[in-house]
Amino acid sequence: MKKAFLPLLLLTTAMFAYAPVVIAHADYESTMGLVQKVMYFHAPSGMVMLISAVVCGVASALFLWKKDPAADRVAIAAAELTALFGLIVLVTGPLWARKAWGVWWVWEARLTMSFVGWLIAVGYLFVRKYGGPGSDKLGAALAVFGTANVPFIYVSVNIWRTMHPMTTVVPTLQAGMRGAFWFSALTLFLLYGLLLTARVHLERQRAALDQLYLSEED
Amino acid sequence: MIRRLLLTVWLAAVAAATALAFQPPAAQSEYVPVKDLPPVDQLPAAPLLVAAYSFIWLVAMFYLWTIWRRLGKVETEMRALEQRRSHSRR
Repeated sequence: MKKAFLPLLLLTTAMFAYAPVVIAHADYESTMGLVQKVMYFHAPSGMVMLISAVVCGVASALFLWKKDPAADRVAIAAAELTALFGLIVLVTGPLWARKAWGVWWVWEARLTMSFVGWLIAVGYLFVRKYGGPGSDKLGAALAVFGTANVPFIYVSVNIWRTMHPMTTVVPTLQAGMRGAFWFSALTLFLLYGLLLTARVHLERQRAALDQLYLSEED
Repeated sequence: MIRRLLLTVWLAAVAAATALAFQPPAAQSEYVPVKDLPPVDQLPAAPLLVAAYSFIWLVAMFYLWTIWRRLGKVETEMRALEQRRSHSRR
């Protein structure tokens, strides 16, 4: 993975740089026009946020069950990325909504639940940083709750009457929009994979440093 | 006789409704400047789109930089610790 990291990072950067060209060539949506193109980054960022919350929750459950420190390292890295991609979702969404809905924010089901999901990820990070001894287990329990929130975020637009576009939008995208969407999604999935790898490596190095200090004390 | 009359009236009503439904939209009676449109319709979309894309770039680059910086600190500390240990062994 160490050898593949730099070429993959360069590929992702190139894809990111080329994405606006692909998006510019995508068909315009009939009612929203140009501002709808925010969706090509907003929706995949939302997908990455939800995937990351699930990764964090599963790794935390494994940590609670098997006491495996490697799972905890994945959990803390995934939590940070959930907060990061959540921030992207919560900023790009209102930029689209301002033009499409006429308001920056509405306290409707999808937006509120996404905000709560982001707060859980940020809460996890605060617990890990300032929680003191035992914060790893407390944080893991919090992450499991965060994962339980994910299906509700996803189906909220289909269950409750909301202003947010439904989950049927992406699977039914026309050929003129589908390519641009999946190109952007692949770019963000790659970025997520790379950032997660780098962040897990950082946690591994921190654990190695702690071991060095412990062995010096002995 | 009455039934025929009612049928004729009903058919005429259906034909009129159909004809009205397929009428072209009313001709424009006046031109409205863009500045008189509701604020949302006046709002340009391009800056919002550019802001969204730039924000993702900035956040991704900043986060990658923070990982690189944190990793650098940890690795410097590891090297210093290992040097200290090798000195104390001598």
